[in-house]
Amino acid sequence: SSAAMAALRGRALLAPLGARLRAGPRAPLRSAASAPPLYDVVVSGGGMVGSAMAAVLGHDIHFHDKKIALLEAGPRKEYDHMPDSYSNRVSSISPGSATLLSSCGAWDHVCSLRLKPFRRMQVWDACSEAMIVFEKDDLDDMGYIVENDVIMSALTKQLDAVADRVEVFYRSKAVGYTWPLPSHSCDTSPWVQVELADGRRLQTKLLIGADGHNSMVRKEADIKNIEHQYDQSAVVATLHLSEATDNNVAWQRFLPTGPIALLPLSDTASSLVWSTSHEHASELVSMDEESFVDSINSAFWSNTNHSDFIDTAGAMFRSAISLLKPSGTAVRQLPPSVAEVDPESRAMFPLGMGHATEYVQHRVALIGDAAHRVHPLAGQGVNLGFGDVACLAHHLSAAAFNGSDLGSLKHLLKFETERQRHNVSLIAATDMLKRLYSTTLAPLVLLRTWGLQATNALPPVKVSI
Amino acid sequence: QLSLFRFTVKRPFSTSHSSVDSKEIKKFQLLAHKWWDEEGEYAALHSMNDIRVPFIRDTLLSMSSNYHLGNPLSGIKILDVGCGGGLLSEPLGRLGASVTGIDPVEDNIRTADQHKSFDPVLAKRIQYKCSSLEEIVEESMETFDVIVASEVVEHVADLETFIKCCSQVLKPEGSLFITTINKTQLSYVLGIVVAEKIMGIVPEGTHEWEKFVPPEELERLLESNGFAVKTMSGMLYNPLSGSWSWMESTGLNYAVHAVKAGAWAQSHATDTPPETDIQQHSATAGTA
Repeated sequence: SSAAMAALRGRALLAPLGARLRAGPRAPLRSAASAPPLYDVVVSGGGMVGSAMAAVLGHDIHFHDKKIALLEAGPRKEYDHMPDSYSNRVSSISPGSATLLSSCGAWDHVCSLRLKPFRRMQVWDACSEAMIVFEKDDLDDMGYIVENDVIMSALTKQLDAVADRVEVFYRSKAVGYTWPLPSHSCDTSPWVQVELADGRRLQTKLLIGADGHNSMVRKEADIKNIEHQYDQSAVVATLHLSEATDNNVAWQRFLPTGPIALLPLSDTASSLVWSTSHEHASELVSMDEESFVDSINSAFWSNTNHSDFIDTAGAMFRSAISLLKPSGTAVRQLPPSVAEVDPESRAMFPLGMGHATEYVQHRVALIGDAAHRVHPLAGQGVNLGFGDVACLAHHLSAAAFNGSDLGSLKHLLKFETERQRHNVSLIAATDMLKRLYSTTLAPLVLLRTWGLQATNALPPVKVSI
Repeated sequence: QLSLFRFTVKRPFSTSHSSVDSKEIKKFQLLAHKWWDEEGEYAALHSMNDIRVPFIRDTLLSMSSNYHLGNPLSGIKILDVGCGGGLLSEPLGRLGASVTGIDPVEDNIRTADQHKSFDPVLAKRIQYKCSSLEEIVEESMETFDVIVASEVVEHVADLETFIKCCSQVLKPEGSLFITTINKTQLSYVLGIVVAEKIMGIVPEGTHEWEKFVPPEELERLLESNGFAVKTMSGMLYNPLSGSWSWMESTGLNYAVHAVKAGAWAQSHATDTPPETDIQQHSATAGTA
């Protein structure tokens, strides 16, 4: 039959063309009458990054007449006002990410719900006095601590605003993908076929995988993922401070077991992100509330990990720097002390790192955690994802204005190159920092002590971070 | 072979000079199924879209005052002469234009029809026809807003006939876009020797240097057939990056935008001092 002939010819084509093709079932031709609906873009995964992708494209002028679909396995999330208590899942949003959210009109909703800007970030070591402070000279906000639910609600509103272009499928999980041949033969569909759990089918010219670090899109596309499970879990909780304060500083202390961070939510509340061993994390989550609060305060205030040798060496280095560069050592502020933890707000989840070897293939692109997964110590996870959204949206917008086929590798590769160049160094640096700070061995402590102090003294390095 | 047969049958019946060269048809027939492989024989034409589509789009946008969000070429009727597999017709269709693509090679039209059939929006906006330009003149007088003849004029048998036909099917003040190759020593070395024989950027035998068109010649023919040349710009292909860019010199590839004279200008095309009125009048009778 001609379909079989076409399939054979197709497989012969596969051999010389190399890495960007994948094996798998081909979509047979259907008559126009029975063909599943065809979308220009389907975003699989309606988390913060996937929803932002759909919202930004939906608001793009060159996508005015295009059809976009967003697939989300969970239910719709929208709040007119937030509950009194804070959610324990928060993100540190960079100014760049705020700009992206602003471009699709979502940032206004975030501001009207709730968020906490912070002006300063103090990072220090448990094993020495070394400290680094990040602060913008012009007293602008360095970043914002926002609950993930707030971001989701804001994006949902903005998706509603472009409902004529963006169709959101809630409670819809994709269970299968069928890939086309790159230069298709006559009898097979050139589009990606998507099958949903309820049996419905969609076709799309471009599939964007925003389905998290266990991305099914990535797995089905046979894209290799370099991954590593850290021997750590993160404990999150909502904390109440002993006394009300300006609370516009983000605190992070590197303990030998892992970094502990306090992110401001309001003048009286902060969010905890404590990365530590799996056993310690389980203990923290199950111990009584008073002991939990004591552990946190002790983690921030105690000096038991200091050794005289390191302290002296550190002090000497600091004096040396202040001779060369008088303003190069900053004033150490004291973190707030914690009085209470919100009941029911304690939770833990395992940590890992991951990086996809390819971000794109013919008619497929990965964004967010599907492409890269980092340790929370740098507070960058969702910002990397929003950066992916901004970059991919830029290239897709230009491609649409040029009348190009949206699934063409030509512009998808440009997105991949730009983002890999940016992400790989940050992911590697975060991973290296995690390993560097996981030890009490004197030489490494000294190295990072001096390194941190030197970095603190050098403006250009700090700015690039 | 089938299309050659059709061509020879039609020949005795055509009353005008033909611009289609039968040798050229044969060449393109062999590669008809390769059009849509972005990394295959036609890779350079695919990447040429990156400069020729914005060129056409921006020129037309600057000439019109309507802008339809998301469909910048909405409402514009375009004729793509020598459309091949539809490489240029499709992006123009995606930008909102109604495109008619014609090509004398039947296999090309078949490939083009098949490729657009999977996209319902394109299937509606683009119509393909296996035909030469002369064959549609009678039924398409002053029908199109825009004619696009990209990488075509270096393959036609009679360039002046071709341009005259373009003028006939174009509305007054309509735009004609041409991209082609200059006839210079440089274009022989780079366009034929390097591109075809050495680097395989273009399938061997595609081009004949003798048929390359110098921009001065093209401009002369356009201006003497009722067109005003508005823009002429050189194009450069970088084989390492596989991408095209604009350049000052028209020594190799170049693009032209010309506008057909308006209805008023046409009938007064040869407004001259009274003494020579009578001679001019009889001379223009045949061309008006």
